[in-house]
Amino acid sequence: MQNLIHHLRDAPVSAWIGMIIVAFYAIIALFAPLLAPYAENVSIGAQYQPWTAPHFLGTDALGRDVLSRLIYGARNTVGIALLTTALAFTLGATFGLLAATLGGWFDTIASRMVDVLMAIPPLIFALLILTITGTSVAALILVIAVLDSTRVFRLSRAVAQGILTMDYIEVARMRGEGMFWLIRKEVLPNAAAPLIAEFGLRFCFVFLFISALSFLGLGIQPPTADWGGMVRESAKLISFANFSTWQTATFGLAPLLPAGAIALMTIGVNLIVDWVLHMSSGLKE
Amino acid sequence: MNPILTIVTKRLLIGLLTLWIVTVIIFAAVELLPGDIATEMLGQAANEETVAAFRERFNLNGTVFERYVSWLAGAATGDFGVSLANQRPISEFVGQRTANTFFLAAYAAAISVPIAVVAGMMGALYNGSVFDRMLSSSTLAAISFPEFFIAYILILVFSVSFGWFPSLANVDVDAGLGERLYKTFLPAMTLTLIVLAYMMRMTRAAILNLLALPYIEMAHLKGIKRWRVIAVHALPNALAPIINVIALNLAYLIVGVVLVEVVFVYPGLGQVLVDAVSNRDVTVVQAACLIFAATYILLNLLADILSIIANPRLLHPR
Repeated sequence: MQNLIHHLRDAPVSAWIGMIIVAFYAIIALFAPLLAPYAENVSIGAQYQPWTAPHFLGTDALGRDVLSRLIYGARNTVGIALLTTALAFTLGATFGLLAATLGGWFDTIASRMVDVLMAIPPLIFALLILTITGTSVAALILVIAVLDSTRVFRLSRAVAQGILTMDYIEVARMRGEGMFWLIRKEVLPNAAAPLIAEFGLRFCFVFLFISALSFLGLGIQPPTADWGGMVRESAKLISFANFSTWQTATFGLAPLLPAGAIALMTIGVNLIVDWVLHMSSGLKE
Repeated sequence: MNPILTIVTKRLLIGLLTLWIVTVIIFAAVELLPGDIATEMLGQAANEETVAAFRERFNLNGTVFERYVSWLAGAATGDFGVSLANQRPISEFVGQRTANTFFLAAYAAAISVPIAVVAGMMGALYNGSVFDRMLSSSTLAAISFPEFFIAYILILVFSVSFGWFPSLANVDVDAGLGERLYKTFLPAMTLTLIVLAYMMRMTRAAILNLLALPYIEMAHLKGIKRWRVIAVHALPNALAPIINVIALNLAYLIVGVVLVEVVFVYPGLGQVLVDAVSNRDVTVVQAACLIFAATYILLNLLADILSIIANPRLLHPR
């Protein structure tokens, strides 16, 4: 804990910007029902209203309040992405650490399977599987988690293999410690920093991936408010944008708002990841 | 035997093996569909005769193995069977669409590769300068922005606001090259912006690694001019990693095209794939996935083989 505070005090400006962005999103996602002025899926007025009170970001094609949907979108999109990443991470790290510690046939089979999965572009693979399973949130989470766990597997296996050649592992083995003790007490603490950084990177990837699928109409399904889906719904508005007055110009911003929300979130996470990677590589300025 | 030949053959065999496994996966995915496709598709009209005709038409007779072989043999000769949704032969519309997709990817590559290589070299040369820092921070934007964000900003600026380029890239089959290049400029720019930062960053890293080597320092100490050190001493050795970077990004372009095609309503293979997935038109999904996956694997294979060949160390075995 002391260590963490020490690190935080030395954090560069970019890392602080990243942390503020992520905290901002987390608060919005957690307190969405309190912050949103209107409900997620209720039509509350005429469609395509301009950006004036009481609808500060206008209304969409079904007369729903855009600001409220953006706020609920934070909860849905980030929540699903976080769940998927956690699942991918558990899966990938477990198998990766096991493969490195056990070695032998388990390692060979797991590694070859991952090689094959990684040989197919993830978007294409996901589309193939989603054709069969149909588009549901559960299928989405499972498919992306499995596809993404291959990357986590590679990294955690490589990191663990590096650690396992150390002398203290040899000592622990000679002492007669079991495999799970080795993983928990020796490998995991030493692999923590690169794995945390990887978690951030994976989250960004999953987040963009889910948004992309939702944008294609194959991810999170309406009427759930979701940023990728909101870009899709409001995309046609952009051609009505007119820069003669401020009010007509906002049409052009309709798809850019949710897309920008996605971009800002990823930037924030990446800034933190850069900092963690920098710290773990031992490069102190 | 020549060591290069051995390594290349080995890599080639692994690549072909991967390709084969991928065809099995794509074929098996459809086999996993619950229920009998024939009775399900025909619904009310299902009787013995129609089901038999349907099975014949969609290659559903025989064992799994027989069906796989005939599907693969068909795919290899460009015959992907018949679409479940509209009953048209898939090869009829997939051919032109694939050509369109490759055209767009090649267009984006033609813009991005020269810029990336030159800018990456400049970044390495003036390491730590303002230009170099700008290069590094642009990578952050490239990995953070979703493709459609970049695409809609470009549309808003260049199409809606200035009106220079069309926001829809709906090219006809008989459109001339000039019209094609004009209409697909914005999609090509979007793809360029997506891959450019990666390529610059990777080129820069490859050259920076080289510049740290002792023989470059030696060249400097001999008093050779800076540009000559780069062009004559560093570049030949940087060729292998740079070629690798380019081929890897081309593979990425081919897949990144899917989203961009949907944004700009470009009649490419990605559009076909997305439509087929939402209609659950399995045979078309199979065909499109096979084309995408095969291109991706072959480009990765090419990247590896080219970088093996371009590695001067392997030319002179000890």
